[in-house]
Amino acid sequence: MSKFLPLWPDQASTMASQVDALYIYLLLVSGVMTALIFVAVTVLAIKYRRVPGREAQQIEGSTLLEITWSIIPLFVMMTFFVWGAVIYFEERTPPADSTEVYVVAKQWMWKIEHMEGQREINELHVPTGQNIKLIMTSQDVIHSFFVPAFRIKQDVLPGRYTTAWFNATKPGRYHLFCAEYCGTQHSGMGGDIIVMEPQDYARWMAGGTSAPLQETGKQLFSQFGCATCHRFDVQGRGPNLTGVYNKPVLLEDGRTVIADENYVRESILNPTAKIVNGFKPVMPTFQGMVSEEQLNALVAYVKSLSQPPTGTAGLQNQPATSPAQPQNMQVQ
Amino acid sequence: MHDSQTTTVEHEAHNPALLHHFADAQQQKNAASLGMWLFLVTEIMFFGGMFCAYLVYRLAHFNAFAAGSQQLSIWMGATNTAVLIVSSVTVVLAVKAAEAGKRKLLVGYLVVTVLLGMTFLTVKGFEYREKFEKHHVPGPTFKFTDTFDDNGKQIPVNPKEAQLFFSLYFVMTGMHALHMIIGCGLFSVLAVLAWKGHYTPGYFTPIENAGLYWHLVDIIWIYLFPLLYLISRHS
Amino acid sequence: MASIGIPANQAPKTNYLNNGHSLKSWLLTTDHKRIALLYLISVTVFFFLGGFFAMLIRLELLTPQGDLMQADTYNKVFTMHGMIMVFFFLIPVVPAVLGNFLVPLMIGAKDLAFPRINLLSWYLYITAGVLFLHCMLTGGVDTGWTFYTPYSTAGSNTNVVEAGISVFIAGFSSIFTGLNFIVTIHRMRAPGLTWDRLPLFIWANYATSLIMILGTPVIAITVVLVAVERLFHLGIFDPRLGGDPLLFQHLFWFYSHPAVYIMILPSMGVVSELVACFARKRIFGYKFVALSSIAIAVFGFLVWAHHMFVAGISLYAAMIFSFLSFSVGVPSAVKVFNWTATLYKGSISYATPMLYAFGFIGLFTIGGLTGLMLATIGIDVHVTDTYFVVAHFHYVMVGGVLMGYLGGLHFWWPKISGRMYPEGWAKLSALLVFVGFNLTFFPQFILGYVGMPRRYWQYPPEFQVLNVLSTAGASVLAVGYLLPMIYLFWSLRYGPIADANPWNAAGLEWKTTSPPPTFNFDETPVVTWEAYNYDEIPQKELEAPVAR
Repeated sequence: MSKFLPLWPDQASTMASQVDALYIYLLLVSGVMTALIFVAVTVLAIKYRRVPGREAQQIEGSTLLEITWSIIPLFVMMTFFVWGAVIYFEERTPPADSTEVYVVAKQWMWKIEHMEGQREINELHVPTGQNIKLIMTSQDVIHSFFVPAFRIKQDVLPGRYTTAWFNATKPGRYHLFCAEYCGTQHSGMGGDIIVMEPQDYARWMAGGTSAPLQETGKQLFSQFGCATCHRFDVQGRGPNLTGVYNKPVLLEDGRTVIADENYVRESILNPTAKIVNGFKPVMPTFQGMVSEEQLNALVAYVKSLSQPPTGTAGLQNQPATSPAQPQNMQVQ
Repeated sequence: MHDSQTTTVEHEAHNPALLHHFADAQQQKNAASLGMWLFLVTEIMFFGGMFCAYLVYRLAHFNAFAAGSQQLSIWMGATNTAVLIVSSVTVVLAVKAAEAGKRKLLVGYLVVTVLLGMTFLTVKGFEYREKFEKHHVPGPTFKFTDTFDDNGKQIPVNPKEAQLFFSLYFVMTGMHALHMIIGCGLFSVLAVLAWKGHYTPGYFTPIENAGLYWHLVDIIWIYLFPLLYLISRHS
Repeated sequence: MASIGIPANQAPKTNYLNNGHSLKSWLLTTDHKRIALLYLISVTVFFFLGGFFAMLIRLELLTPQGDLMQADTYNKVFTMHGMIMVFFFLIPVVPAVLGNFLVPLMIGAKDLAFPRINLLSWYLYITAGVLFLHCMLTGGVDTGWTFYTPYSTAGSNTNVVEAGISVFIAGFSSIFTGLNFIVTIHRMRAPGLTWDRLPLFIWANYATSLIMILGTPVIAITVVLVAVERLFHLGIFDPRLGGDPLLFQHLFWFYSHPAVYIMILPSMGVVSELVACFARKRIFGYKFVALSSIAIAVFGFLVWAHHMFVAGISLYAAMIFSFLSFSVGVPSAVKVFNWTATLYKGSISYATPMLYAFGFIGLFTIGGLTGLMLATIGIDVHVTDTYFVVAHFHYVMVGGVLMGYLGGLHFWWPKISGRMYPEGWAKLSALLVFVGFNLTFFPQFILGYVGMPRRYWQYPPEFQVLNVLSTAGASVLAVGYLLPMIYLFWSLRYGPIADANPWNAAGLEWKTTSPPPTFNFDETPVVTWEAYNYDEIPQKELEAPVAR
């Protein structure tokens, strides 16, 4: 990308070339259309300019022409739609083998937590060739995680998780922007994505000393007394959480929901919202008691209890045959 | 589509109520009534936004909305529904009286309608007072501890979600009450004008249009009452 | 109504302009033409105010660092630029100025159906405007014109409530205008003027009015909810209190997407009139052009969530809204093709209004095609909330709406003022507007695709060259907009006196004197012809000098 007059953004992810290919197709079609209209208007305006003694010829119109120039553009637009939808589907569907990274946005910074426990602010180090899934939430207003070189953007909302993913292809330092207006320093809420070769990345990662995220979560789990009710040996007052993540859960009111990240999150902050069938609404809310970072650690811990999957242990009320939902079902 | 342009020659050229830019009284009346209907459409869209919010949140926070609904006084709501239905009848009778040229009867029905409207607002006032006393008004003093339904079964409720129910309750009934106040004002003015003899069997469009407005406000309540008060009661 | 002393250089006849000279005769008028002039003055004031903020934005963005003003100031400046331009200029401009003036004239009516409600609309508009100016002078507002929650309800500490109330009031001004137009078009048409004989400008305003009365109440209640939430700390849109910020976005865009059709449709109507008159032809495919306005109004209500593809809506909702968004593309394309086809075998003159119409067709084509790119979800993810979107909607809003408005203003200026504008200056300014516009906004497409987000007070240095180009274009554009204001004002006194039909145009508005009498027609016209019967009207050889 030229530093003086950039005309095209860097291509640094697997998605970038796909988006660019579609964009070039759109540019070509639009260019042809624009040229067609411009040339037609210019030629007709000159050819039929007003000259003394020549009158305009009245033409009523033509239904055939109208239908033609409605159907053909519609057909072309459908190619836009289908191609765009295919790319969008991929953009919104993190592969199952993704490495997860937690992102907390606040006015006006990005806080990043790796599963290994590494924390960063306004910087995200990632290796090339690895699918990275971002699990994002905001502490205050709406932000948006935007990396032009990866062609990804996803709004980050308070009170829930949204996800995005990418696979970086080219080492380098790329812009991270906040794309949703969020107040005074909106334009300062940026940072860098640092893409490294896997071995460099491993070296960088080894430099940290903090405990893995799910370990922090495990400590919090006992610190907040969760383990008193959510027991792993016998049936406690709350459901056994082993193997719960990403499985269907039967609720008291008869609904079945997938226990995705947002479900685990809601169950901590607002436990009475979705009561598991057979249990009493006795859990107190932890809203205001856990920070977003602690919440992420707890969610990571609960998720870690499902790897490797241990089936339906302890969850008596779970439907007996519950095939593991493919990961791509839990997109927002 | 109506084509009011092909009209017969009118013999009411001296009708004082006919505005200069209309060809005849029929055109003027048609214009006024189409205008009123369009205004009612905008009112429906206006309340539609709130109904939409209510439905979305009711689905999202079902328990809290059910529990909140239990706390509304069904008797006051039902009384008000009855009052409004009766007032719609008196409005219809007022229009009939205007059509028949019975001035005193017209004024009488208009006054009764205003009184019924005020009855509604008074009952609403008592309801609001009850909410204050029970700390069900959203804000720092909001409390919500009553989590039992009619059958004594415990409903788990997050107070913040219950507060959302009461927020919508106050916004929706408040907007409705505002429309009631405007309607009462409108009918009071019309009653005075009717007393002075402004309306004749040939010209009573304002009475008709105000009546349409009143019916709409009435209908909105007919939706609000079940949605807010009744929908979660099983007993 | 007695006419008071007529100045020597005025038309001898009593017309709407000289029928009463007191301030009261203007401020309490119920004459749709005088109300149109009141709107003309007020929207012009707001346009230049909004333009002033635009220049501040462009000046700040000359350099990558935020050095002209503070970040908070910049945020307020772009917010007020947006709110003024959207709510106080673009939405009212064509319907309230040209529509108000022309709808009764074009259908052979003496006035709109509800003249007093029409005046009330203007007063509501002015009340809203004054309130907004007060809000601006006492600290301003910084939420962006979109009022996104929870920033607007819990984050911002500016005058959000006051700005919201002023938008609410301006909304009712617009609702009443729309209501008035629909009733007038239904009930007040001259004898013989059936629906298939209506000028396309009337069709366009009819479609616009439908959106006004169906959409505007929703934004009204939405800003009320925002204001109530801010004042009483309710949680309707705040996730901390159980609310959902996405619901706000749905309600907001349910109006605000159709609102862009409120802006563009009347301008499309203007362009149809201009193309017909200056090609001296019936519009090719009249019925399709008329119905495409209605189609745009209807489809416009089904596509709002295409503003929310990255906001957190479900994958499948996004796909459905992407699909539906393309449906608006078809009727828009139909219009462009029909205008182009109308030129075929015409007798085309290059008078200023026609230059604006050409400009409209070109810029709207680019704006529309980039709109299709944004409807393509795979691309939208990358370019939404960047300068690509900014460029796109300026091509439609400024390239489209303003071109149509200026074209229409020049075209009907002799009818409005009784004077001709200076053709040479007008051609120069049309050229400046076209060149300046493209120089300002074309670089922004590139800026957006390389990744510059919108609403940025400072930006990485590599984006500077494109931003400098854009600012340079903006200064050309500013000159292009100032010129017409000056020469149109000048022409009020010094312009050549216009006769009743200086263009030899079809349409009832040209069958009365310029300027028209207070009640438009001495005798109610009876229509026996189709719209644009240019074969029955001789063309004037001298009407538009080809070169000057």
